[in-house]
Amino acid sequence: MSRYLKTADSDWYKQRIIGIILLVLICFAALFMRLFFLQVIKGEEFRGLSDNNSIRLQRIEPFRGMIFDRNKLMLVDNRPSFDVSITVKDAQPVAQTLAKLSTYLRVTDEELLEKTAGQKGIKAYKPVLLRQDIGRDSVAAIEVHKYDLPGIDVNVKSLRNYLFGRSAAHILGYLGEISANEIDSGIYPGVRSGDLVGKSGIEKSYDDHLRGQGGGRQVEVNATGQIMRVLKTVPSRPGRNVVLTIDQAVQRKAEELLEGVIGAAVAIDPNTGQVLAMASNPSFDQNRIVSGMTHEQWQVFISDPLKPLTNRAVQGEYPPASTYKILTAVAGLDEGLIDENTEFCCPGQYRFKGRDYRCWKKGGHGCVSLLQAIAQSCDVYFYQVGRAVGVDRLAWYAKAFGLGTPSGVQLANESSGLIPTADWKLKRTGEPWQEGETLSLAIGQGFNLVTPLQMAGMVAAVATGGVRYKPQLLKRIETAQGETTFVSEPVISGKVPISPRTLELIRQGLWEVVHSDKGTAKGARFFDLQISGKTGTAQVISRKDDEEETEDESEIADHLKAHAWFVAYAPSEAPRIAAAVVVENGEHGSSAATPIAREIIKSYLLKEQLLPLIVANSKPQNP
Amino acid sequence: MFDRHFVQYFDWGLFTVAVLLGCFGLITLYSVVTADAAAAQKTLVIKQLIWFSVGLGCMIISILFNYKQLDRYANSFYVLCIVMLIAVLFFGKYVSGSKRWLMFGPISVQPSEIVKIAVIIALASYYSKNAYTRGFTLRQLLIPVALVTLPFALIVAQPDLGTALLVVLIAGSMTVFVKIEKRSFRYLLLSGMVTVPLVWFFLKDYQKRRILTFLSPEGDPLGAGYHIIQSKIAIGSGVLTGKGYLKGTQNALNFLPEQHTDFIFSVFAEEWGFVGSAVLILLFLLLVIWGLNVAYSSRDPFGTILAVGISSMIFWQVFVNIGMVMGLMPVVGIPLPFVSYGGSSIATTMIAVGLLINVSMRRFTLE
Repeated sequence: MSRYLKTADSDWYKQRIIGIILLVLICFAALFMRLFFLQVIKGEEFRGLSDNNSIRLQRIEPFRGMIFDRNKLMLVDNRPSFDVSITVKDAQPVAQTLAKLSTYLRVTDEELLEKTAGQKGIKAYKPVLLRQDIGRDSVAAIEVHKYDLPGIDVNVKSLRNYLFGRSAAHILGYLGEISANEIDSGIYPGVRSGDLVGKSGIEKSYDDHLRGQGGGRQVEVNATGQIMRVLKTVPSRPGRNVVLTIDQAVQRKAEELLEGVIGAAVAIDPNTGQVLAMASNPSFDQNRIVSGMTHEQWQVFISDPLKPLTNRAVQGEYPPASTYKILTAVAGLDEGLIDENTEFCCPGQYRFKGRDYRCWKKGGHGCVSLLQAIAQSCDVYFYQVGRAVGVDRLAWYAKAFGLGTPSGVQLANESSGLIPTADWKLKRTGEPWQEGETLSLAIGQGFNLVTPLQMAGMVAAVATGGVRYKPQLLKRIETAQGETTFVSEPVISGKVPISPRTLELIRQGLWEVVHSDKGTAKGARFFDLQISGKTGTAQVISRKDDEEETEDESEIADHLKAHAWFVAYAPSEAPRIAAAVVVENGEHGSSAATPIAREIIKSYLLKEQLLPLIVANSKPQNP
Repeated sequence: MFDRHFVQYFDWGLFTVAVLLGCFGLITLYSVVTADAAAAQKTLVIKQLIWFSVGLGCMIISILFNYKQLDRYANSFYVLCIVMLIAVLFFGKYVSGSKRWLMFGPISVQPSEIVKIAVIIALASYYSKNAYTRGFTLRQLLIPVALVTLPFALIVAQPDLGTALLVVLIAGSMTVFVKIEKRSFRYLLLSGMVTVPLVWFFLKDYQKRRILTFLSPEGDPLGAGYHIIQSKIAIGSGVLTGKGYLKGTQNALNFLPEQHTDFIFSVFAEEWGFVGSAVLILLFLLLVIWGLNVAYSSRDPFGTILAVGISSMIFWQVFVNIGMVMGLMPVVGIPLPFVSYGGSSIATTMIAVGLLINVSMRRFTLE
């Protein structure tokens, strides 16, 4: 076929190149004409626009969404901050303008002059911030005398206002300037360098809902920098409001109770997984972060050995101690290794492979049945149950109860805790599992670590008969106009395979912890309020069994004292609240943690009776 | 290899124009960074100078061998570039929403720049062997379409709409140059009319907005619309002779977006006025015409088509970029050759000019 076709030769190409050159000339002619039009014909007009620099773009910041508790009590809103700035070029004569301004601001004019010192030449066009967050009186005075104050601008900026000071600080979180990494991550569309985004807590988890969308406007300003005409406006869209599951009354109560100690308290609704309160002490004041800390202040703050920024309720990992016996008992019963009649005798220690494993009670509990063992928290009894169950089955039950993995609550950096298995130890240390370690494990004293939230989830699962709900902090999201856009539903995160008979026994045992004569948590009783729970005393240093306990307990240094635990639910028959409390170095769970849990439960269940008292206590600090 | 002829036949004109344009770029870039208070910007001029020197080295290398050898390596070079484009999607550095750069230690390379050269060489190689005065039929165009679609899709995926579009413009120009058979041309036109709405469907929101902004800049008063207005004010306020070097207020006050890359012409025009801008555009015109003249005088089809491809690359970048900042074209991110900041862009353009010189000087050594 190609025989009939004429091959493209040099002349043919040359012809086509000439065509192309013509096209190129036409296109460039268009560029020249446009250039001529812009610079020569319209040039003076554009020069005028650029001299006055008169078309400016102003951002309209979106109003960040507010945060409420479950009863629609406002926890976080915004307050205006009025900032004064000067554009030196527009403010001539500068000295005179500043002198006037200084009287309205009640500062010396030297102070203001200092800030404008370097603003010469091209920099004179750029506004300089003079003072932030000036009072309303000063704003009024400046606005009234606007015409005497050329080049002076008052800008309103929105500042985050945490109504209850340091209350719920760990849940709510705080804002900070967006980091370079966060900008590059691409998950903050429309956010520019210098903008504030949530850095922790709900402020971070729901930043995309709370933030809203910024708008802006093109304005034409006159020679003194005043707006003559708004050319175009794109309105901003306010952020959504977030309603939490937290009950602020219960939250405040929990925080009050933790005052003066280090620890955490969590209360959840076992039937939905909604978190009612989550307190961690020491806490921090978000308003201090809002109003700006110097680098030094921030360094001191984050290097505080008590770690006030840590949310101990989800980030604190503690040995579960005797609260773990709930799990050991469930495992023993469901595996058919024990029943309600199984008795073990406790002489105060248990001898295994040549070592004595002691019971916390020196004289021993005598011969006890399961219910007595739970109520009195007999270590010897559970050594033997745990030994029978074995490390890996214990771990299986622990996982079923949601231990060893983050609960999935809507907070960043949640700890997973640790549930050891024989394999885990071999991989981690290279040494095989020792059966003796299972004994410690059975009473919650081995490698195992849990967070208070996980323990609240575990006791909640007992309360519901084995259904585990994912703990949630978010109740719903609303638009600024109050329209609901999202409602969170309870999410079942697992079911504990627990037989009805086992459940009945465990619940009976937990009830007896509080209500039997020898129970370890008699302090949790309150009139006819039916609380079920389990105490725990977590050793910080391992009890050396061959070593005589010579020192009096009061002589032990504070940081070596045991952590106190109490996990509970109430009312025993139809539970509506489950709680976990840990007090670091608080010694026995019965004395340090139990009353706290009791008071938290009271504040929720007996709210109607106690309401007048609670309201009186929870007035906002700095409205 | 290095003999008397090398100096004798060397195309000093092309070389001089390229170096002049590069100097214009450095001077303007210096003005941009002087106006900007951010300290991180200060190193840009040095970096650009280093890249410019690297570019000169690349240029020399692309002159040393006979360009006809490129014909043989066209495919391997093309494959190498495609591999780099795929690598970008996986290992690329994520900067403000797109992945365009490959990191080699402290050096970041933009493979979508060099891929333009690869496409030009590959197309020149194919077209030079199959060209007839009747033009190319649809069936003959299958291979070129595949050669272009692959990098196009990979660049769109980054996403970098501007460069992707540029690849199509270059390939389109080369194809029109070697002629499309009449009936095939009609089919292509028809299918184009079908594809455009489809492409629209797959564009990202911000890309759709940009095209809509081009059609009516009022639609985005806070973004592109505002940028174009400020760019026009900057250019227009230069008037006949400009505000003077380092005295551009639009530049200094950060009214211009991407002052050191896409909008660098506005900075130049503000400071040098109509006279300076006209000289700059004339230099570009000179470069393009010179390139086409190289194509005209080359005595083999491969050299001719190669030179046309390179000339079209420079032409489109200049036309789209300057057209954009003057409000004649949509707001697409295409750098101005030689002038915009960007190592890969400079190096690629220098290689392109090197190849032009290569074709230019070897017309004499033909038997």
